[in-house]
Amino acid sequence: MNEHVQVLVIGGGPAGLSAAAALAPHAEVLVLDRERAMGGIPRHSDHPGYGMRDLHRFLSGPAYARRLTGLAATAGARLETEAMVTGWAGDRAAEVTSPRGRRTITADAVVLATGARERPRPARLIPGDRPDGVYTTGQLQNLVHLHHKPVGKRAVVIGSELVSWSAVLTLREAGCRTVLMTSSYDRPEAYAAFHGPGRVALRVPVRTGTRVVAIHGKGRVTGVDIEDMATGRRRRVACDTVITTGDWIPDHELARLAGLTIDPGTLGPRVDAALRTSHPGVFAAGNLLHPVDTADVAALDGRHVTRAVLDHLAGSTDARLPGVTVVADAPLSWVAPQVVAPGGAGPSRGRFLAWSSAYQRLPTVIAVQDGRMVGSVRVAWPAAPGRVFRIPFTVVRGADPAGGPVHLRLAGAEKSSPGLR
Amino acid sequence: MNPPPTYDVAVIGGGIVGAAIARLLGGTSLSTVLIEGRDDVGDGTSKANTAILHTGFDATPGTLESELVARGYRLLGDYAAATGIPVERTGALLVAWDDEQLAALPGLRAKAEKNGYRECELVGADEVYRRVPDLGEGALGGLTVPGESIICTWTTNLALATDAVTRGVTLLRGHRLSAVRETGSLTLLSFENGAEVGARWVVNAAGLGADTIDKLYGYDRFTVTPRRGELLVFDKLARPMVPLIVLPVPSKVGKGVLVSPTIYGNVMLGPTAEDLRDRTATGTSAEGFAFLRSKGEALMPALLQEEVTASYAGLRAAIDRNDYLIDLDVHRRYLLVGGIRSTGLTAGMAIAEHVAELLKEVLDLSARPDLPPPPRMPNLGEAFTRPYQDAAAIEADPAYGQIVCFCERVTRGEIRDALASPIPPVDVDGLRRRTRAMNGRCQGFYCGAEVCALLENGVA
Repeated sequence: MNEHVQVLVIGGGPAGLSAAAALAPHAEVLVLDRERAMGGIPRHSDHPGYGMRDLHRFLSGPAYARRLTGLAATAGARLETEAMVTGWAGDRAAEVTSPRGRRTITADAVVLATGARERPRPARLIPGDRPDGVYTTGQLQNLVHLHHKPVGKRAVVIGSELVSWSAVLTLREAGCRTVLMTSSYDRPEAYAAFHGPGRVALRVPVRTGTRVVAIHGKGRVTGVDIEDMATGRRRRVACDTVITTGDWIPDHELARLAGLTIDPGTLGPRVDAALRTSHPGVFAAGNLLHPVDTADVAALDGRHVTRAVLDHLAGSTDARLPGVTVVADAPLSWVAPQVVAPGGAGPSRGRFLAWSSAYQRLPTVIAVQDGRMVGSVRVAWPAAPGRVFRIPFTVVRGADPAGGPVHLRLAGAEKSSPGLR
Repeated sequence: MNPPPTYDVAVIGGGIVGAAIARLLGGTSLSTVLIEGRDDVGDGTSKANTAILHTGFDATPGTLESELVARGYRLLGDYAAATGIPVERTGALLVAWDDEQLAALPGLRAKAEKNGYRECELVGADEVYRRVPDLGEGALGGLTVPGESIICTWTTNLALATDAVTRGVTLLRGHRLSAVRETGSLTLLSFENGAEVGARWVVNAAGLGADTIDKLYGYDRFTVTPRRGELLVFDKLARPMVPLIVLPVPSKVGKGVLVSPTIYGNVMLGPTAEDLRDRTATGTSAEGFAFLRSKGEALMPALLQEEVTASYAGLRAAIDRNDYLIDLDVHRRYLLVGGIRSTGLTAGMAIAEHVAELLKEVLDLSARPDLPPPPRMPNLGEAFTRPYQDAAAIEADPAYGQIVCFCERVTRGEIRDALASPIPPVDVDGLRRRTRAMNGRCQGFYCGAEVCALLENGVA
């Protein structure tokens, strides 16, 4: 079976649905999602806080998922669930399996919006027994919110990202007490946004500078060993549930199978400010590009990609990834987008998204090109591990469009960074 | 109290060896019971090995193991074709990393020839890198073993056990042996769950527990040392880097660390080899991971850039002798099949034939007429068509188009089939071994809750 559409959106989460809603008035759009319902991750994040930046509303995850689905459908996009793209039959030709059959869908434009997942325990190389009761946040929320299953009574939550607190909320709803959160970061300010109030409201003890070095239990988890990373001292914490949270990786299988250039930092496809990938007619949006920012930022990506998709459909000869390359210097571990035209249009919301492994309260970001500082901006928010750090696009405005890569750094970190003359 | 059910033969151990023996006996007019201590067949050594179908090129010439591995290679190859057990004929390449290893290669080829395997070829470093371009620096040369293949060990065990059951063998799972009582012409087996079974003949194929059962008979002739092997399984996206099995040149402590494609489309690095006392120590260790990562860094640095999908630790049954120990005690109607180490996957069916050779002196093993055909097993192999790719299968039954486990592309139809199979899974791990569900890179992030619900509630 073969089928052709103008725009194929792969992934019906906030990014894919928002792209579809914005594109559908202008083009024929098909959104495929492999799950039984559209909406992506917010479907099983049953707590409020969704939709602020894109819809200017304060919704629960499931309500947000329904709202975005409705907007895409109303705009005229065709939405198909239980339809999984399993590979490519050629350029922009997706092999699709669904209960309705196996078919190949060719498209004039493809928007990849496949999102990100948390690294599970094996990928984190946490040794020990392999009992039941060890989950990612995603699996936990699926169990509790979609399947209404009980979890244990005493949980250890590994990780200190925003999503870690989402896991604590879900555990609490399931009647499971979080007896400990561990973070390998050594500063409690690392997650100041949640740390203070989180600690007070949820009464969760947090151990920083700590890692889990073993999981115990034959049938069910009975405990974990934690290690103080400064002293090496270890102790056993009794628990029946372990949640590995955060440590996101893009679901980049289709991007890689398509042969797109992959950014070594994000591990997602390399994109320009308009969200074009290295392949003509293939675009990307959402947390596939920046693992991970909040759902509303992913949704705004979806809107942002519209312009480039429509230009492509109109036959504009979109030069591949023009402009200068943007590179994240330590302690920044990645930045997106990775290619920009300094004098041209900026990325979604006029900001780069980046990830910092060190905490700075009100950092100044500097841009260095060919050994010369070409821009500097002081931001009014912290750079903190465990959540996306947003950098105004203006920092690269002064870069030479014909020059070498632009390095983004945190001022104060540059003393130890070689290369600045 | 009713007398316990009584059989002509009781086979203890539902691993590959026990299942192969039970299948063979099921083809005779004898009544047979296959008894497994754990909750599922193939849940011990048979589930966590390197899943290589061995030619036997590196066995010790003249041993029973050498003979049975070579024969088992052909028997299992044929049986796999008949039942749909996936096999990929990838071949292997032993790689020498220093002069000593390089000098050992001609001797290994000569040894292979003594084992009746004549296909090995010495190749230079250029050829090594031509075949495996992503190999780390420093390879000096290699020896090819074109016949080495990868196979699904889970499906092998299930096919043999299913075949046994459809031939009329009674399967008892969750029956851990606690006592053996010999009463005249009958041996009474008692289990920890309180059940009892009577058998005229008893075959001990209990793998890691074979020496313990042997001691229940009053023997003291061998000790099983559990040898823990830890493995790292890498993401499917790494599979193109590893077109064949890359073997180290063997040393005294075992075959060393290898890099191999898996039948499921991943890449495996391992195993470690660590002798233990605890026969339940299937946990992974920080030391094991560090060791494997350092080995992998040298063998194939690019591989280490890919995600780890899973880690396993399996126990191999090493014994304090260098050959299989297969011995029939006619007077006590007891047959020991011991010391079947990691080669048991390949040799299993040949071991069963060897056992039959011994037993036919005292039992009528002539084949029963009208045997049912061997089972057709669901394909778990990545290299062969799976239901999600099969337009005709989906059209006939839309459940094969309903993908539940996204990473491994396991459909609702396959999970339904596994639950309705002659030996259904009793838990998630059993379902994993029958379908691959939840074995993928997300390890249940997306599908874990759904898969567990299907297992609990059944597939409507």
